[in-house]
Amino acid sequence: MKKPTAVQVVFYAVLLVALLVFPLVVKGTFPTHVMIMVFLFAMMGVAWNILGGYAAMFSFGQVAFFGIGAYTSTILLMNYNVNPWIGLVAGGVLAALMGAAIGIPCSNLRGHYFAIASIAFAEIVRIHFNNWKFVAAAEGLSLPLLPEGVGNFMFHSSKAPYYYIILVFLLLSVLICWYISTNRMGFYLRAIKESHELAKGMGISFVRYRLYAIMISAFLTAMAGTFYSQYILYIDPDSVLILPISVQIVLVAMLGGAGTIVGPVIGAAILLPLSEITRVWLGYKGTGIDMMIYGALIMLISAYRPEGVWGLLTTIGRRGK
Amino acid sequence: MSEQLLAQLMNGLLIGCMYSLIAIGLTMIWGVMNIINFAHADFLMIGMFTSFWLYTLYGVDPLFSIPVCAVLLFVLGWLIYKYLVSKVMTGPGLAQVVVTFGVSIFIANAAVFLWSPDFRMIEKPLLYGTWNFGTVQLSIPKAIASLGSVAVSVALFLFLRKTKTGKAILAVEMNRSSALLMGINTERVNALSFAIGSSLVGIAGAFLSMYYYIYPQVGGTFGLISFCIVALGGFGSIEGAFLAGILIGVVQTLGGYFFDPAYKYAIVFAMYLVTVWIRPQGLMG
Repeated sequence: MKKPTAVQVVFYAVLLVALLVFPLVVKGTFPTHVMIMVFLFAMMGVAWNILGGYAAMFSFGQVAFFGIGAYTSTILLMNYNVNPWIGLVAGGVLAALMGAAIGIPCSNLRGHYFAIASIAFAEIVRIHFNNWKFVAAAEGLSLPLLPEGVGNFMFHSSKAPYYYIILVFLLLSVLICWYISTNRMGFYLRAIKESHELAKGMGISFVRYRLYAIMISAFLTAMAGTFYSQYILYIDPDSVLILPISVQIVLVAMLGGAGTIVGPVIGAAILLPLSEITRVWLGYKGTGIDMMIYGALIMLISAYRPEGVWGLLTTIGRRGK
Repeated sequence: MSEQLLAQLMNGLLIGCMYSLIAIGLTMIWGVMNIINFAHADFLMIGMFTSFWLYTLYGVDPLFSIPVCAVLLFVLGWLIYKYLVSKVMTGPGLAQVVVTFGVSIFIANAAVFLWSPDFRMIEKPLLYGTWNFGTVQLSIPKAIASLGSVAVSVALFLFLRKTKTGKAILAVEMNRSSALLMGINTERVNALSFAIGSSLVGIAGAFLSMYYYIYPQVGGTFGLISFCIVALGGFGSIEGAFLAGILIGVVQTLGGYFFDPAYKYAIVFAMYLVTVWIRPQGLMG
């Protein structure tokens, strides 16, 4: 990892200040909502990247962790009156344990095998929640309204506090990803990605490091799930456990550039405004159009520009020098 | 009670034959080029809609739209191989995994956009009604579709074993570089297998449209089930996929009968996870 240049430091500092003052300058709930969705999916894209980008485990089942996070904190709050912040940690731990439980049998699977296993896992979770009376099955859960405040993780008068919370979550995820990529674990994961056999020969326990990757990724994705349930205040299997959410997470990471730290953030910044705006513009008439655009983007990026936007930018940058 | 069980068993066998035909195309593509076609079941949906529109607009019975579906999907498969899949064959692993995923999402949602997400059905196909064997009733379109699927599977099997092109495909499946050294045009074999695999699922779509609901997202469940079949049979094994298809059909219906119908697909997916864990090479791999 190179030291960042002065230009880069200034650029990131200006970007951070701009993001911090955004809700103060831009009034109106829609722009803030779009930014919140950008951060939410950027965060999940970063978490996916730890799995898919660094460890080459192409998970299409991230939505299971997202749903487990959303459901755990909500059930704890509704049935046992547990504070959502504790629910957030509980959901994360539960998702990490589920990740480990699914990760151990699947840790030897590569490429397509892992991708299909992750979909099968997420579908089992969805089918189960759709029929599980304890979590109100397909009816879904409406969160009880608490007085607003950071302590209750609930705000009614403005979206700005949600904006800052998810921004902090995103920064935390980026820091974790950066830490992993610059430390031993990142090198091990990349070695495993290059060649299972060689890494094994070097004495790297790939089962262990892939397990760490799954657990960290699951924890962060579950945090995003709890955030989503506290933000929308209603969850059901059709909104937090369906395959298109997993697809969107993968797409965010791919579009920006898989295996890079900032790639998923760029991907989310491009994709989420696109999908939120097409949804508002086209409404019910546009059913399917936003997903059609996604599908076309996935096909074209993977066939013609697999390095993503960030990869493209850095290649151009290098050529310029 | 046991009559009901027998009826369920028959149903499982019949749907299993359909599954086999769908999965054989998928496993062939996998065997030849190590690519999972995530859009495979969306090709099934295209076959079903083709048959539906031919019936609704021109009164053509699904039985006669089989060749149309076969040719249409053959061409589509060839084009998708040529312009998308062949580009990623040497690219990064992620691109190979997700490219056909993109195709799948695009096709399914284009169908939602064009034809709405409604459920449709072919009301009165040429073959209609039920056969009664004592107390067990057998739906005629279901039985014909399943018998037809078995016939097509057998035909493919003979094609691969008896013709020169078929043998070339099998050779590439066994060892790509040796096949290349023997003067086989592997690029052409790739395109051909992708097209044949797609064509088979198109035929399955025409059969299925005789009795199944037709809607844009129909590919979702069939797709996941066919991946499970391919894994269970052993990736790339055609005989394996044929047997595993029938097995999964039976397991799914019996699972729904003995436990809870809502969980019948969950049982199949759990079977996939257990298979790749305990015997990653599948039953016949």
